[in-house]
Order: sequence, then structure tokens, then C-alpha cells
Amino acid sequence: MAVYILKRLGLALLVALTVSFISFSLLFMAGDPAVAIAGENATAVDIARINERYGFDRPMIVQYGDWLGSAVTGDLGNSWYFDMSVTELIGDRLKVTMKLGIFAISLALLVAIPLGVAAAANPNSLIDRFALFLSVVGQAIPSFWFGLILIVVFSINLGLLPASGNATWRHFVLPTVVLGYYATPAIMRLTRAGMMEVLSSDYIRTARAKGLGTRKVMFKHALRNAIIPVVSLAAVQMGFMLGGSIVVETVFALHGAGYLAWESISRNDLPTMQALILIFSTFYILFTFLADVLNAWLDPRLRVG
Amino acid sequence: MKLKTLMMGSALGLAIAAPAFADKSDDTLRLAFLKELESVDNYFNSAREGILISRAVWDGLLYRDPDTGEFKGNLATEWTWIDDVTIELKLREGVTFHNGEPFNADDVVYTVNYVTNPDNGIKVSANVNWMKSAEKVDDYTVRINLVAPFPPAEEYLAGPVVMYPNEYYEEVGPTGMATAPIGTGPYKVDLVEPGQLYELSKFEDYHDSPKGEADIGKIEVKTIPDMNTQVAELFNGGLDFLWNVPADQAEKLAEMEDRFEVVNAQAIRIGYITIDAAGASDPDGPMTDKKVRQAIYHAIDRQAIVDALVKGSSEVVNAGCAPIQFGCDQSVKTYDYDPEKAKALLAEAGYPDGFEIDFYAYRDRPYAEALMGFLNEVGITTNFNYLKYAALREKREKKEVPISFQTWGSYSLADVSAITGEFFTGGPLDDAMDPEVIEWVKEAGSVTDRAKREELYSKAHAKIAEEAYWVPLWTYNVNYVLSNELAFTPTDDEIVRFADFSWK
Repeated sequence: MAVYILKRLGLALLVALTVSFISFSLLFMAGDPAVAIAGENATAVDIARINERYGFDRPMIVQYGDWLGSAVTGDLGNSWYFDMSVTELIGDRLKVTMKLGIFAISLALLVAIPLGVAAAANPNSLIDRFALFLSVVGQAIPSFWFGLILIVVFSINLGLLPASGNATWRHFVLPTVVLGYYATPAIMRLTRAGMMEVLSSDYIRTARAKGLGTRKVMFKHALRNAIIPVVSLAAVQMGFMLGGSIVVETVFALHGAGYLAWESISRNDLPTMQALILIFSTFYILFTFLADVLNAWLDPRLRVG
Repeated sequence: MKLKTLMMGSALGLAIAAPAFADKSDDTLRLAFLKELESVDNYFNSAREGILISRAVWDGLLYRDPDTGEFKGNLATEWTWIDDVTIELKLREGVTFHNGEPFNADDVVYTVNYVTNPDNGIKVSANVNWMKSAEKVDDYTVRINLVAPFPPAEEYLAGPVVMYPNEYYEEVGPTGMATAPIGTGPYKVDLVEPGQLYELSKFEDYHDSPKGEADIGKIEVKTIPDMNTQVAELFNGGLDFLWNVPADQAEKLAEMEDRFEVVNAQAIRIGYITIDAAGASDPDGPMTDKKVRQAIYHAIDRQAIVDALVKGSSEVVNAGCAPIQFGCDQSVKTYDYDPEKAKALLAEAGYPDGFEIDFYAYRDRPYAEALMGFLNEVGITTNFNYLKYAALREKREKKEVPISFQTWGSYSLADVSAITGEFFTGGPLDDAMDPEVIEWVKEAGSVTDRAKREELYSKAHAKIAEEAYWVPLWTYNVNYVLSNELAFTPTDDEIVRFADFSWK
């Protein structure tokens, strides 16, 4: 197991490094960063001054080397837009996004797994059709529209929950539902499919033949195997939610790291963007790594690979 | 985008029956910004949102009356041009900053010397780099020394150049000013949560300024990046005022007269088409031919686009400047919408079957598409390139853009030097490179005689129109939506002055 974990860690680091380099190069191709810093009304003098100040005339690879060297020592530089430490800037935003991501994935798992199990146990039943309907709708409706509908109903018409901001836990209810719902269909369908496959396998038939109760067969024998791909998917979804909660954060004015990432791209705020990519990819890789370890624990056969 | 608007409409349609909660009982005006400010510190901000906060929190030495364009004393009571490069100002006595620090000549000297020092890295250097230094004559008299004659100095002293408390700024610097701003303005800042919330309250000891005393006790500014959510918050009572509302949403809200009032005003921003007349992108290209440029002008029905898309109080402009700007002479040659004439001009220029060209834009895609539609109709086949502003500007500076749809907000300065002076003085964004125009515009930017400046700008605009170097399009407009308990009259410079709000 230790060798397996070390191998996975090495691979994870390599992926993180590659991702940071590719994103660094791509971001530099998105137009003159000096113009983006100076703003739309900037004069040519402003732009020349900024080019000189930030050293944009140096080769890209030199700039990447500098950045990586500082990043390793924990210095992610200063945001060009906000002119403040990137670490400081990202800190609070990341807390918001983490909170939202954890709430949303928890909600998605709490809804999707039981529903997937119930649907698999009762194919073509009312519950199965309901689960299917929920998943199709979840995949079909855009998050921003669903978010607005929830705002209209729960915030405007019923006056129960706030529409924007992140001051209290109540502010997180609607965004959690929207983001959680977005992750639910995939997890639910995978759980259902996995359970159906496992339930039709020989060892389950044997367990049933031995006279084990349905609950024990379902949760002790079947779910443990069916859940393996779900764990990987949930890890991917969690990583995606951290980086991809842009729409939800925008609609609910949550001021999280996802929204900051999008804003940083549009402003060409490279230090912030690079730091966010590094952090997001590290999280993504960390979740995938943890999922691998969890799966290896659930299914010892996986440790061989 | 259309789908989004449609779905948004259907979502908000559900809300019409909801009751309104916004009221004036807590004397707090709530509004939202779409965009996060990079800094509240006036000198480290380039966003229009920051200008709004700046005008509420700080004062300039002068004040430009937005209705008449007349300059009045604000922190200075009198000002005199000693010579072309020196202004002497008598300062108002008895003014205090929000922290109790008295305002005097030391503050002006410190502010000017701080912002003009290139080491301090002021964000928009053009706002300050025309000043060389300031010196104290006595406690309430200062002299500002200019780098060179700079006729629009008053405009800048009434706009982006605001006065800081020397002792406080010396102690806290830009970071401290950004988190706990201190000014002499009608509102003081109680809370800054960067990117999220700004709370302001009326400054009870505000001096006798032409800006006028604040009427509303508290202002709360949130950052809500989605306009739909802002509209939802308006319904909810969470906001009392929306700014920059898109025309389609404003039209819907205007139908709910019992709850909201929609007011519209022109903005200082204008739209225009740049044409590479100097042939920098292609020396033998069609854009170098005056007849082709005039054909482009004749091909576009600018009024139709204003009526159908831009809407509001926008108007077609013939010279490339906002009508409220000093030196903006709109009485230049005009080209009516005449596609047949356009085709004839193209044929005369040797393009009877038209030609194909790369057309660039960076914002307002529907407008750009409408413009291309008109060009396509006369035979100019456009390949559309929609880029981010930074990328497009880089391309323009590299001289790779034959024709593009652009806009310019002149940093809210009501003087044509902020637009004509930027694009027709031979710089990297000058597509005409006309030596005569360059000379006139440069001269107009350095003589202090207002009549002479007007004359020079008029000559320049006349030639720009005659040669069709640009196709000036329209002024932009801004929709403001107010709760029906709020009174506010917008001005044509797109600056929302918080002190101008009152409850009905």
C-alpha cells in the first residue's frame, strides 16, 4: 500500500507541474497583459510604464521559472489588479468556495447514492422513474437559470432566504442546492448502474441463496463494490466544483475563488490566475489521489496496478 | 445570450406579483456594483465604479458643474494662471478631513508631489503626469507647477485629482487608504470589505462645497456581478438603485411604474469605427482609399442601430467625441445612409464587386454584427474577429487591424484632449497619421487660450470627417433604475454622485 501511495504521489506532483506550465503559457497568449492591467482607457504611456515595471519583455520561460521558484517558497506574488498579496487575496475566497463545494458534494452524495440504490433495487418502478426524471432535468437545466428560479421563489416571493452574499449559513442554502443538483445526476446514474450490475452478479445471487437479508446484501456486499467508481467520480466532481462554481458564485454574488478565477482571466491578472490554477489543480489532484487510496482500500485488487 | 435573456425574463416574470420591501425608513440607500474595485484608493483604481466612490469620499480643488460645464471652486476658492505652466490656488479655510485632520496647503503639496512621483506607480498616470510639483506659498495658498502648458488642467483638478490628508496618507499609504479611506467628501467610509461591501455615511461636518451636502444618511454598496441577481435584489428590497441596466431589462422594469422609475442619460463613452487609412496593416489595402472610407460611412445606418439596439437617449455623433466635451465640434461633414452611393464610391475606387476584410470588435457584439450587416450589404464582406480588449489593442498597436468597432469613455473627462488627443497625435493607435491633424491636435493640447483650442480642434475634426478617417457612431447611454421612494437626476458624464440622491 505504501509503494502504491508513493507512486501515486509522484505522479500527482508531475501532473501538477505540467498543468501549471501549460496554463502559464496559455495565459500569456491571451493578449497584452500590460493593457489588461492598465485598463480600457489607458494611454500608451501607461502601458509602456507597466511593461517596464513588470518585465513582460523577458522570455516567457524566464518569467515561468521566476514564478515557480517563488511559488515553491510560498510567495505567489502580488495581484496585478488588486495590487495585494495573492495569498492574502485567495485565502478568504477559497474558504467560501471550499465551504460551498463541501456542502454541495455532501448534498449530492446524500441524495444521489440512496436514490441510485433505491432505483437499482426497484427497476422500472415509480422511484426509478422519479430518479431518472430528476437526473434528466438536472442535466438539462442551466445552473444560472435554476439559481434564478430559486431566488425568485425562495427569496423574492417567499422571502425565506437571501439572494446574494455569503455572510451567514442561510446565504449558502440556495447555492448549495444549485451546485449540488448539478453534481447529482452523474453520481446517481453511476450508483444505479453499478448497483444493477453488482446485483446481477454471481456472488450476490450466492449471498441471497445463503438466506442473507436484503438490507445486508444491498449495503454490505453490493454497495461496497458498486461505490468504487462513484468515489472516483465524486472526487472529480469535487475538484470541478472548486474550480467550476463560477456560475453559481456569480449568480449568488458569493465572492469565492471560482468567481475570482473567472474575473482574473478577464482582467489578465496573471499572478492570481496562475496561483488559482496551481491551487485548483493541486486540490483536483489531491482529491483524485485520495479517491485512489480509498478505492484501493475498498478493493485490494486495485493496489496491484 | 439571447437564450439567457429569455430564460431570465421567464424567471423574473414569476416575481412580478411579489410585494416591494424597499423603503426609506432606515435612511440607507442600497446599490450594487457589477465589478470589483481593484482598490478604493482613488489613485490606484481605473474602474468607473471607483470614480463613484471617489467623488463621494474625496474632493478636488475645483468642481465642474455637470449641468453648465462651468468650473467652480471646491477645496480651492480661487485660482489664477500665473503663466502657462503655473496655477496659483487659494484654499478654502476651515475644511477638515473625516478623521479631523485640518485641510491646508501641506495636504495639496503632499498629494501632488506624491502622485506625480513615478516611483509611486499611480494607476492612470495620464491623470497626474501633466503636473510637475506643488509648492506652498502660505498655509492656504499653493502653486501647482506643470510639466508643459496643459489646457485641460481645470478639468483634471475638478475630476481625478483629489486631495488626500498628508499626515494620514504618509502613515498608512495606499494599502491603508484602500481599507480605511479618509477624505473631505460628503460621505465618509465606515466599512470596506474588499470586493464585497462598502458602507458610507454622511459626513456631518462637510464644508460648503458646490457638490452640495449629502441628503441620505447611509450608503451601502455591494458587489453583485450578475445583473439578473441585482434585479432580483431590487424586487426583494435588497437594493434601491441599479446602474448600467441593459436596455431590454430596463424596458421591462419601466413597465412597473408603481414600484420603479427608470431614468436614462447619455454617457461620455462613444462608439466609432477605426479605419486603417495610413495603410499600416496593408499599404495597398482598400482602406487607404478615401472613397472606400467614405463608402463605409455611407453604408451604415447609424440612426437605425441607435433606434433598434443602443436605444435610450443615445444620439448619432458626427465628430469622434462626446458632445459634452469641450472642443467637440459636431458641425462637421456628415455622410447620410445611402447604400447606393456607397456602392458607387466602391466602384469608383476600383472595387465594383466589393472586397473581403477582417473586421474586429471587443464589446457589444450585437452592435458589431449590425455594423457588419450594413457593410456586407454594399459588398464589403467582413470576417468577424471578436477579441478581448487587451488582445485587440495589442493587434492594433502592431498594426494588424484594418477596420474595427471601438468605444472610448475618455475617463469621464469633459475635454476632447481625452479622446482626439489620444488617437490623432501620431501615437500607436493613430490610424490616420495625418501630419496636419497631428499638428493641430498637438497644438490644441498645449495652448491655454480656450478659443484657440476650440478653433484647432474644429479644424482637426473637420479634416477627420472630410477624409473619413473614423466613422463616429453614437453616444452610449446608461439606464438607472430607482425604487419609487428615491429621487435622482442623472448627468451626462456617467458619474453617479451619491450626494445628489434624496428620498421622495
